[in-house]
Amino acid sequence: MQIPAPFDYERASSVNDALELLARHGPESRVVAGGHSLLPMMKLRLARPEWLIDINDLFELDFILLEGDHLRVGALTRHTALLESAEVARLFPIISDAEAVIADPVVRNRGTIGGSLCQADPAEDLSTVCDVLRAVAVVRGPGGERLVDMKDFHRGPYETAVAPDELLCEVRFAVRPNSGSAYEKVERRVGDWAVAAAGAAISLADDGSVDAAAIGLTALGLDGTVAEAEGVLLGQQPREELFVEAGRVAASACDPIADQRGGIDYKRHLADELTRRVLRLACARAAGTQEG
Amino acid sequence: MTVIHDRPGNPAAGDADRPIGYGRIQRKEDPRFVRGQGHYIDDMVLPGMLHGAILRAPVAHARLVSIDTTNALAHPKVLAVITGKDLLALKLAWAPTLSADVQAVLVTDKVRFQGQEVAFVVAEDRYAARDALELIDVEYDLLPPVIDARKALDPDAPLIRDDLEGRTDNRIFDWEIGDEAETEAIFAAADVVVAQEVVYPRVHPAPMETCGAVADFDAVSGKLTLYETTQAPHAHRTLFAIVAGIPEHKIRIVSPDIGGGFGNKVGIYPGYILAVVGSIVTGKPVKWVEDRSENLMSTSFARDYIMQGEIAATKDGKILALRTSVLADHGAFNATAQPTKNPAGFFSIFTGSYDLKAAFCKVRGVYTNKAPGGVAYACSFRVTEAVYLVERMVDILARKLDMDPAELRLKNFIKPEQFPYANKTGWVYDSGSYEEAMRLSMKMAGYEELRREQAEKRERGELMGIGVAFFTEVVGAGPRKHFDIVGLGMADGAELRVHPTGKAVVRLSVQSQGQGHETTFAQIVAEELGIPPENIDVVHGDTDQTPFGLGTYGSRSTPVSGGAVALVARKVREKAKLIAAAMLETRPEDLEWEKGRWFVKGDPGAGKTIEEIAMAAHGTMTLPEGIDGNLDAEVTYDPPNLTFPFGAYICVVDIDPGTGHVKVRRFIAVDDCGTRINPMIIEGQVHGGLTDGVGMALMEIIEFDEAGNCLGGSFMDYLIPTAMEVPDWETGFTVTPSPHHPIGAKGIGESATVGSPPAIVNAIVDALAPYGVVHMDMPCTPARVWEAMQGRPRPPI
Ligand SMILES: Cc1cc2nc3c(=O)[nH]c(=O)nc-3n(C[C@H](O)[C@H](O)[C@H](O)COP(=O)(O)OP(=O)(O)OC[C@H]3O[C@@H](n4cnc5c(N)ncnc54)[C@H](O)[C@@H]3O)c2cc1C
Repeated sequence: MQIPAPFDYERASSVNDALELLARHGPESRVVAGGHSLLPMMKLRLARPEWLIDINDLFELDFILLEGDHLRVGALTRHTALLESAEVARLFPIISDAEAVIADPVVRNRGTIGGSLCQADPAEDLSTVCDVLRAVAVVRGPGGERLVDMKDFHRGPYETAVAPDELLCEVRFAVRPNSGSAYEKVERRVGDWAVAAAGAAISLADDGSVDAAAIGLTALGLDGTVAEAEGVLLGQQPREELFVEAGRVAASACDPIADQRGGIDYKRHLADELTRRVLRLACARAAGTQEG
Repeated sequence: MTVIHDRPGNPAAGDADRPIGYGRIQRKEDPRFVRGQGHYIDDMVLPGMLHGAILRAPVAHARLVSIDTTNALAHPKVLAVITGKDLLALKLAWAPTLSADVQAVLVTDKVRFQGQEVAFVVAEDRYAARDALELIDVEYDLLPPVIDARKALDPDAPLIRDDLEGRTDNRIFDWEIGDEAETEAIFAAADVVVAQEVVYPRVHPAPMETCGAVADFDAVSGKLTLYETTQAPHAHRTLFAIVAGIPEHKIRIVSPDIGGGFGNKVGIYPGYILAVVGSIVTGKPVKWVEDRSENLMSTSFARDYIMQGEIAATKDGKILALRTSVLADHGAFNATAQPTKNPAGFFSIFTGSYDLKAAFCKVRGVYTNKAPGGVAYACSFRVTEAVYLVERMVDILARKLDMDPAELRLKNFIKPEQFPYANKTGWVYDSGSYEEAMRLSMKMAGYEELRREQAEKRERGELMGIGVAFFTEVVGAGPRKHFDIVGLGMADGAELRVHPTGKAVVRLSVQSQGQGHETTFAQIVAEELGIPPENIDVVHGDTDQTPFGLGTYGSRSTPVSGGAVALVARKVREKAKLIAAAMLETRPEDLEWEKGRWFVKGDPGAGKTIEEIAMAAHGTMTLPEGIDGNLDAEVTYDPPNLTFPFGAYICVVDIDPGTGHVKVRRFIAVDDCGTRINPMIIEGQVHGGLTDGVGMALMEIIEFDEAGNCLGGSFMDYLIPTAMEVPDWETGFTVTPSPHHPIGAKGIGESATVGSPPAIVNAIVDALAPYGVVHMDMPCTPARVWEAMQGRPRPPI
């Protein structure tokens, strides 16, 4: 058994209570949601919070709601709930694609979208997904609620815009007409973190040309989406040469490191290969030629 | 000790057709496991028990400058902090390994691998013990490490084992076997010769249960009871007597339920010894259980063989000779569990299943600054490496000759009539019917059809591979005169008692780690005596309750203990015959046996069942001369030869050309383990071994960086396969009994682990043929496969 350093524990009963507890115990306190990122780090003594504020009773943060042209997802929504939601699969197939390859059912039953985004591991899949969908984070703190765009949310590996005394409460996704999205990941084994992954979201104009495009890469050393590659598609009729060109651009834009999952050239190759694949699928989905 | 309390029903078969003896029955031990009622080391709680934790070295090679334990000792819950200095005073700082070397229990002079044991804390609870580790202050003076085995013997390589008298370099041994000159002559004259470096990287057994112990030293009686995760309780008892100086009759080793061994639990780890020292020092029982990272980083690994293979053949595909030179990385201490005369284990079986004219191999073992061991993981004592080498080489030859790999194997197999077959490196294969197994696997696979499908797919640029591998195992060591572990002959005992009511208890010297001994061994007694398996308790794992023997590893339980159990049952049967004759007032030679009963020849109505005989043996009747009043017996079985299980495996893979990702689509495994005792258990062993094989072929490796940091210290980094990576196994079998074994059984525990990696790698290389790939080393991760496709395959180490 791996044993964490000593810590104290409190269970929050509401968002306000959680914020109060965070304020009271100061910067050495940490929120625990699913615990599937935080607890392993504590067991390895890489994380040593003095206080754990458990937010698992905050059912008010566990929801998936379609309201007007927005899908609202509570921060405590489990991976499994996202994976099993027919609405999510219909509106944002990229989320279902990603959830199907995040960890394993045991982890997915506990791990949350909020924890994933706040952990901000460079190989974290939902960060890319949220980037690509241009999601908005709803963050609450002592000073009230604020909305943070994904491009401002990420502050590099393991760093986000959420301050130690704040709570991520919700993630909002704008529903766009004629759009399609997709995610694909290469892993050494099911449940392993990505060697590399790519996600894309495409919206088509009435004439079938690309109205909006977003391309994101996971574990490839990039923050945010790959604007250069997106530019290749904008205003164009989707077609294979453009996917190839976008893949080439994405590969040269990324900045992977060599590790046990693979060397730099392989990862660059994956940036290219996976970008092409997700663009193909996202465009097909947007055009309605490919189901979910 | 594991005694069956709870006899399950047997839903596998209706009462009428339930086998009394061999056959498919559910495992007797499973009800407690599936109900969470198994009893493992970490479940043990003794009154007053304390908890130990080990401080481990963060670096691979460093001189120990100082240790300051003051702050740790000041922790309110800490009772003792033991360092190498304390052990030196007790003459316990170094312990003998299983390979005529010594290993530091705690560092006294120098750290020799990352994760090495530096100090031991004993505290009131495991949390305090762990916290106190951070309060120990250690100063190290860093030394350059030796990480690459290829450089271990460079003139400027740092000397790792300066503790050994007269040692000037990092060489452990040089060992060779076969006829070098004859082999050279054949190679020189051969039409075709191919050579290839084949690397079997370091992998880890990674049993689900990590290693641990509870030591309970009774200062009054002087008796040590040591509960520990061991595959070899009796060998451990003797070793503890030697190491700790405690008289052997004052040591009781108990190995409770074991959550997987795979060789990882053969050796004696410093943690076990430290728990004992902790108990002696504090006068209280001390529990020590390592965590996952400790297990992966410090306990026995497997493989780490860099093999230069060469194969010679005629141009029409008759294989003539094999030759190999191996560099073996044994880590910082030579702690390999090997018979004394076999420093490279049974690697010399690398001649495989083929009728060769000559063979030669040499193996060089070296020290590096890595965890010691080299024992484990369904090792069959290095048969895994041997089979992988020959099966890769045969495939490479097939490619060179442009022959079908199955065809090439069929052409070169040892023929059934050649058995017993003496190979060129000193083994005498007991029996085999290789072509039969090969043809069956091809039929099950639909081999011709698969090749057609492959050809079509290649046209379309799809990557499909078909891998064939054929293996011959060598398991069941002894005989004792040839094979020993630290001088203890590899034989095994069995004791059988039939109680007055005809229920029985059989006591074994081997210890199960999940193999189903409580079922298999009951079935062997059942087959011999006709007592239903559910009426037979199997007792194992407690040296106070079981006869001496060498334990369970190298697939030796059924070949050795299985023989012992069959023979002890037959001894009881013969005794029962004498008693039955007295009961029936006839001569023993007039009796005939049918399962469960002696009866008078020609008069089947006149007979006595084993229950009636058992009652009579313990009753008041006058027993024949020389017969004791019981129905008990004991034997020690010294096998006359090893057994040689074999099998034909075919693997089908699909590879994503864009990502290099390998999917194992089908796997056909035909195994021949001789007589089949419980086919369900055999299939379970095969399924487990095949899954291991997928792990090694696709993802498992313990890597180190240049500084000697272990990069595989957690299950996030050391990947083991899940149900998602494996196909539905397609198993088949042939039966070629061992002629010398009492029941003809050969052992199955490691066959699939030995045979599956080459089948999978052969399939991958076959799939990559359009890219000109002739060989790639494991693990075949997407990145490494892609590199091979780019024409630059890389050795993993
Ligand atoms: C074996 C394994 C495999 C995995 N594989 C993958 C994978 O392939 N892909 C992948 O993307 N992920 C993977 N994960 C991570 C998994 O998705 C985690 O569940 C997720 O990253 C974190 O979610 P959590 O709810 O468990 O967060 P926690 O561990 O509870 O928290 C993580 C961090 O976020 C903070 N936090 C949590 N919730 C909030 C909140 N509402 N507001 C502010 N801060 C908050 C915590 O304080 C902590 O710092 C894996 C995890 C494991 C254990």
